[in-house]
Amino acid sequence: MGNWTMAQAITDAMRNELNKNEDVLVFGEDVGQNGGVFRVTEGLQKEFGEDRVFDTPLAESGIGGLAIGLALTGHRPVMEIQFFGFVFEVFDSIAGQMSRWRYRSGNKQTMPVTVRSPFGGGVKTPEMHADSLEGLMAQTPGLKVVIPSNPYDAKGLLISAIRDNDPVVFLEHMKLYRSFRQDVPEEEYTIELGKADIKREGKDITIIAYGAMVQASMKAAEELAEEGVEAEVIDLMTVSPFDVETVIASVEKTNRAIVVQEAQKQAGIASQIVAEITERAILSLEAPVLRVTSPDTVYPFAAVEDAWLPNPAIIVEKAKEVINF
Amino acid sequence: MSTKTIDQVEEQFETFQILNEEGEVVNESEMPDLSDEQLQEIMRRMVYTRIWDQRAISLNRQGRLGFYAPTAGQEASQLGSHFALEQEDWILPGYRDIPQIVFHGLPLHQAFLWSRGHFGGSQFPDGLNIVVPQIIIGAQIIQTAGVALGLKRKKKENIAITYTGDGGASQGDFYEGINFAGAYNAPAVFIVQNNRFAISVPVEKQSAAKTIAQKAVAAGIEGIQVDGMDVLAVYKATLDARKRALAGEGPTLIETLTYRYGAHTMAGDDPTRYRTSEEDDEWAKKDPLIRFRKFLEGKKLWSEEKENEVVEQAKEDIKQAIKDADKTPKQNVTDLLGFMFENPPVNIREQLEEYTAKESK
Repeated sequence: MGNWTMAQAITDAMRNELNKNEDVLVFGEDVGQNGGVFRVTEGLQKEFGEDRVFDTPLAESGIGGLAIGLALTGHRPVMEIQFFGFVFEVFDSIAGQMSRWRYRSGNKQTMPVTVRSPFGGGVKTPEMHADSLEGLMAQTPGLKVVIPSNPYDAKGLLISAIRDNDPVVFLEHMKLYRSFRQDVPEEEYTIELGKADIKREGKDITIIAYGAMVQASMKAAEELAEEGVEAEVIDLMTVSPFDVETVIASVEKTNRAIVVQEAQKQAGIASQIVAEITERAILSLEAPVLRVTSPDTVYPFAAVEDAWLPNPAIIVEKAKEVINF
Repeated sequence: MSTKTIDQVEEQFETFQILNEEGEVVNESEMPDLSDEQLQEIMRRMVYTRIWDQRAISLNRQGRLGFYAPTAGQEASQLGSHFALEQEDWILPGYRDIPQIVFHGLPLHQAFLWSRGHFGGSQFPDGLNIVVPQIIIGAQIIQTAGVALGLKRKKKENIAITYTGDGGASQGDFYEGINFAGAYNAPAVFIVQNNRFAISVPVEKQSAAKTIAQKAVAAGIEGIQVDGMDVLAVYKATLDARKRALAGEGPTLIETLTYRYGAHTMAGDDPTRYRTSEEDDEWAKKDPLIRFRKFLEGKKLWSEEKENEVVEQAKEDIKQAIKDADKTPKQNVTDLLGFMFENPPVNIREQLEEYTAKESK
């Protein structure tokens, strides 16, 4: 058992898979000698050699194409996009190519690529680094989009992602990399993709969140508990396709829900969840399902980030609005 | 201090040719070592493909094929380069490069299914190393860098070859692909079939570069411009590139100067809007079939009779392939849902159930 940060847990998941399967390759910008700008690939090149863990030229689209070609020749590429804000450069490879490969080949060629990338706000990065673009990925059929909220989940989910025969976009919130530690088994384990986890049980309202917003929602739930409101917190973990069964079962129990995402209101995941709840469980609802999100502006410069991002206080406020509807 | 332009090395990119327009050998020292049977086979493939192209255009007009990009004029570029490959080599084609993958082993009726937009067209026979023809004209270039690196890692004695057009050479992915392959010294061959027009935009408006071949210089890889109407020159250039790649000497960019006689695709493109009949006539004189026919006739290796045999065979095969394509079960939404993921998640499972009920009626 290690007491690890999420960054360490992710490194360990890659180490595990590099050890386990010769065909697993880790590559991207600065991931080799430098160990990645967040040191998430630290030590892997030294351990597995330049043949298995290597730096690429600075070109995201090329990295995506390289992953596709390597997958076609029997490898299991784990490619890194240095910051997810740079995903637009490689959008064709991920959303246009990998996502459709199984269908276009009539199920004869698979695309077992894992796209790892840091994202997420609150760490005062320059422009184009922090944007929450998971919604764009989630709107692409054929991709799985995974976002862990803690070290334990990150390890199990990443091992599953690397072993999955379909493309998985694995997004790592920058603020979570080193903000806390958790006990993580050193041996391998997997967490099934597509399943949500109930991080806190409750009977009065369901708070659905993912990534850094899980921690914010847990804090909010604690505050709500002080006022006698027992909130159930669901961590989606896989945001697309998401675990609608767990969400609906919870909403049917609590009869109230809010969805919390760091991304802008118009940007994706939360809207899909609200739509599914409405279609499947409207008669269980005592109030509209509300969303806690960032406003619909471009991703802001660092100085206004804290005011722009959702936080526990806003989640508490929104939960009360639903409860007092 | 003066800046440098490619003009200073322009002579390095003179067009490589073996046969002139009269079918005469003008570059004896580069003459490839091919048996009489091989030479005849190359001609057979070019004639076959020309007939196939004519039939495909007509079938498309009758509504019996779907998407089709004419190939007439490009036979030497397509089939000459393909003839230099070994069976285990990988081909990453663009949408016009169907002849190469058919001669690599894709059954003709599957090529027709692909044209009709049926996934059965891309359910390739096991062990056939080809990739579904690419629509995004730069995507196959970067994927080729990946396949080539993959082959190198797996210690295969094979290369990855890819095709795009002059317009494809303007895409960012083209530069990333040749640069990646160069950086990894990967066994890749990049063929740009410069047929003069990216749909309607002439190559002169694609780039200020005088050749596309010279773009190899910046990536630090080999580059060569070849007479794309000369099947022997294209064959030899590709063969040499393949050898270099396998010898660990890196990738090669081959620009073939060619011309498509027909439209960009059969989906409404009208070439008379952007090129003149004089230009068409000028290129028709360079026709790869005419010159190779003359060359073979000079060696008593080709005759009208032989040609007619090939024409009849092609027509027969096409008729049969259309029949086979017609017999293929219709594609339905259930198949599509079934192929989205290895293990369908809940949304797909629900929709599969819905469409299975609908489509089994």
